[in-house]
Formats: sequence, structure tokens, C-alpha cells
Amino acid sequence: MADILVYSEKTSAAVELLAKGREWAAELSLGLSAACLGAGAAEAASALAAHGADRIFVSDDAAFDGLPADTVAAALAAAAAEAGATVVLIASTRRGKELAGRVAQKLGAGCVSDVNALTLENGELVADRYAYGGATVAREVVTTVVKVFAVMPKTFAVGHPVAGAGAVVPLPAPAASAVKVVDRRAKEGEAVDLTAAPRIVGVGRGFAARDDLHLGMELADALHAELACTKSLADFEWLPESRIVGLSGAKTKPDLYLAVGVSGQIQHTVGVSSARLIAAVNTDKEAPIFALADYGIVGDLYAVVPALVAKLQSL
Amino acid sequence: MSLDIVVCVKTNPDAQMIRIKNREPVLEAIPYKVGDLEKNALEAALQLRDAAGGGTIRALTVVEGDRKIRETIKEALAMGADEAVIVADPALAGADQAGIAAALAAAVAKIGACDVLLFGEGSTDNYSGQVGARVAELLGWPQIGYAKKLALAAGGIEAERSMDEMIETLAAPLPVAVTVVSEINEPRPTSLMNILKAGKKPVTEWTLADLGLDAVGAQKRIVSNLAEEQDRKHVLFDGAVDEQVDAFVNALVKEGVVGR
Repeated sequence: MADILVYSEKTSAAVELLAKGREWAAELSLGLSAACLGAGAAEAASALAAHGADRIFVSDDAAFDGLPADTVAAALAAAAAEAGATVVLIASTRRGKELAGRVAQKLGAGCVSDVNALTLENGELVADRYAYGGATVAREVVTTVVKVFAVMPKTFAVGHPVAGAGAVVPLPAPAASAVKVVDRRAKEGEAVDLTAAPRIVGVGRGFAARDDLHLGMELADALHAELACTKSLADFEWLPESRIVGLSGAKTKPDLYLAVGVSGQIQHTVGVSSARLIAAVNTDKEAPIFALADYGIVGDLYAVVPALVAKLQSL
Repeated sequence: MSLDIVVCVKTNPDAQMIRIKNREPVLEAIPYKVGDLEKNALEAALQLRDAAGGGTIRALTVVEGDRKIRETIKEALAMGADEAVIVADPALAGADQAGIAAALAAAVAKIGACDVLLFGEGSTDNYSGQVGARVAELLGWPQIGYAKKLALAAGGIEAERSMDEMIETLAAPLPVAVTVVSEINEPRPTSLMNILKAGKKPVTEWTLADLGLDAVGAQKRIVSNLAEEQDRKHVLFDGAVDEQVDAFVNALVKEGVVGR
């Protein structure tokens, strides 16, 4: 029987893919497999079995240390062949995205990466992803026999887990990669989950200096919001990468996104276009952010933000 | 030592210039330019070559038609690439990542002299991030994605990259395929003199047949490609700052997103 094969180095992301994979497996009469590679593979495998995997390809071989893309891709291609997989779902984390192209190439498969919606329409999987730098959403169907989708984490909700058969299939030891990990260290800056924030204040190049960002932080505090930024501010190292919203950062869905000094380039706004309400403060009445805003103030943020903070605190 | 580098360069429609009309992207008369991340890759190549003390940098591009590619690729030559190689073939129309990767891999094999193969982590327009990995697989080379620092090391290169949870330093022997992120460097500006000089640098053109390739088919079908529909209120508040702020905050309170 042909299978849907699920892989992510992050168990939480693999579980999301399994939840949806379970539905499609039933509708398309496919089996549901998963792969767990590297240290801790056995524990991850039992979690995936509990979330619906019927068959789990497992190896904790030392060749998977550091999860080198070439070695992981070889293992996944072997698992896909063994399972007769026609659909391969990989979580589009940085590692997953890097891996997806290589796996697809090995399998002679077409691949859609950074998928933010994947739906079964008339028996076909249709993948949505941003194109032209976020200006449009391309809806794509893969026409090869094997189809690879790298799906953004949090695309699918995990409902009540349904356990699968959970048969463990050991994978043969792979060849080691020529790429070696020399060093590994934690990222600086605090961890922040913008995708879970109900309110977000986004700051951009309207701020003239790093020292002025306290205005954005005070506004975020007054709104009980998380602070986020455009890619430029992270490039200047004014704020950590974890605070980027947009194509190269978090894709968020807050109740309120308040953009301050953000011009509204599409590469940024794709990260907030699903917000329930978008508001903006910008000096330029023609700034693209206003085309996307529900409420806006055309004005100098240096005058507007302190007044906003005072007003919010008075509520 | 001498280090030969090939930089894969995609020329994209200038994303800043794309307008939307009736939800359709309007691409007519949009100029094509070398992608931003490809400029980072070119800058990385120049710095690596300087560190090595010699070697040739080739800018390699794949294009389905003419699209003024000889003009556009001059940007790469003006930045400092020594030569350009253009794979141009009408049969590439409609090719997706696998077809482009096949052409690039065959061209790299035909060029021969390549220790480091550089890419941007994604293209400015489509950002699939697949092509570097596909080419590495076709060549059977190791790959390092998302390099934000790149240096020569004993027997190869060392790269630092920022992953979802950690910063990694990886080492790889040559040849190797590397994709770079924008943080890696600030691409050098091109001077008028370098632009003039670029016109005299060698440009090689190949067709798919020159690379021993047949027509490359697509592996995907585009169902639609439209701008998202946004239904927004577009209320702008006028007046003095205090009046603007009062009306603005009242609106947010009414919407229930700001509360006491």
C-alpha cells in the first residue's frame, strides 16, 4: 500500500503533519508512515505512534548527529521507497526546507516549500505559498508520482490524537556526511513566540536610532503586546531575529497588529496579513501599510507614540 | 591557494515594482535585476577568493529567453565576477526548480573548475529555497544552507549558520554547495568604471543541447496565482495629535482589541 510519509526533526511539528495526514490517509486510502532520525529517535517514535503513525522508520545512528541534509535526505528517500510513499510531508523549519529540495531531487519528485495551506480538493493536494515576494499566493499542484511538501509549522491544528499501529522499522546505517558540526551554541536573545501573541506592535525604519526603540517597547507594554520588527531592524541588530515578522520571520495571526514606522513592504506584511485588525502610525500618507490598515494615524511617531501610551495608560 | 567559485545568479522581476491589478500581478515592463541574496553570494565569493589569494569567479545564470540577460548579468560582472556563463534556451520556459537545477548542475559540471558553488538561500521572487539543495544532490556534493559567515579552513570551508533553535558552525571539504543569507555581508556597490569594465569580460552562452540536456518539463501545475483579498476599513484620523490619538484608541476599544 502506498503511504503518506511524515518527517520533522521537531516532534511537535511532525505531530501536526500526522494529524492532517491521518485525515488524508483515510480519504485517499493510503497508509501513514513517519521517520525519526538521530539521538532520541526511539522516544520520538513512540510519540508519533501515539499521534497516528502506522509505521515508523527509526535510526539513532551517529551519522545523523547534527542532522546533515545529505544524510537525512538519503535516509528519508530510502524510507519513502520502502513505504512506497506518494506524499512526503516535511515541516518547513529551516532544516526541513533545506532538506525538502534534496529529498525531492532524490525521489524525482516535484516539491512545494513554505506551504501555508494544503488542502485536498477533488482528490488532489493543492498547496498555497506566497509568490512574488509575498504579493500573491500561488496555489500549486505537484504532478509527479511522488509529491514533496514542506509545510510551515502550525499550519495544521492537532486535535484529539488517534494512535496508529506504530510498527517500528529500523533503517540501515547511512553513509556519514562530509559536513561536520564544529560548534553549536544557543542563540542570543530571549525566546519569543510571536505566532501565539494576541497583540503585536511592529517597529520599522521610521525609528531613527536604536535608542528610540524604547518608545515602541513602552507602547507594547501599554497594549500588553509583543514587540516585533521588520527584517531591516534585525539586520541592523537593533532587535533579535526572533522578533522579525514577515517572509523571513514569523507569520502571525494576532487580534491586533499595530505597525509603527513600518512602510509596509510586502515582505513584511505577509507576516501580519492574517491579523484580525491592522493599525498603523506613519508619517507618509502614501505608505503601503495604510492600504492594509483598518485604522491609521498619519503623523510623526515621535509625537504620536508618547500620546498613545499616555492615552492607553489612562484607560 | 587558488579557489574557483561559481555563483548561481537568478535574475528576478524587481519585487518593489510589482503592482497588483484585479488581484493579478502586473509583470509587464517590470525590469529584471540580479536578486538581492545573489549579490550577497557574489560578495561572499569575492571575499573568499581574496582570502584564498586567487582563483576565478564565474556568475552562472539560467534563462528561458533573451530577457536582456546580457545587460542584467553585467551587474554581477561589475561587482567583480570574472566571467559570466549564461544557459539560455526557450525550452526552459515553464521549467520549475528541478529543471533549473538540472541545467545549473550540468553547467557546473561543464565549467569543471568549481571548488565552492554559491547560491542565495532563496530567490527574491519565489523563495522556494530548493534549487541549491537540488543542484548539490545532482552533483553529489555536500551542502550547507543559510551561511551567515563563511571562511576558508584546513581542507575546505567553515560556515556559521543560524538555525531554528541554535547557531551552528559547520565544516565541509571542497567541493561544496553553500547558500547564504543576507546577514552574511553588505554587497559592494558597483562603480561606473567597473560597469564599463564589465562589458569587456568574457560571457559564455550555452543551450540545453550544449549541456547534453533535453527539454525540461515542469513538475507542478499552478492552479492560480492571485493577490490575497484583504477587506480592511482604511480609516485615517485627522487633526491634532491628541485628537488623532483619542479617535484611534476609541476605535480600538470599540473593536474590542484594547480594553480596560
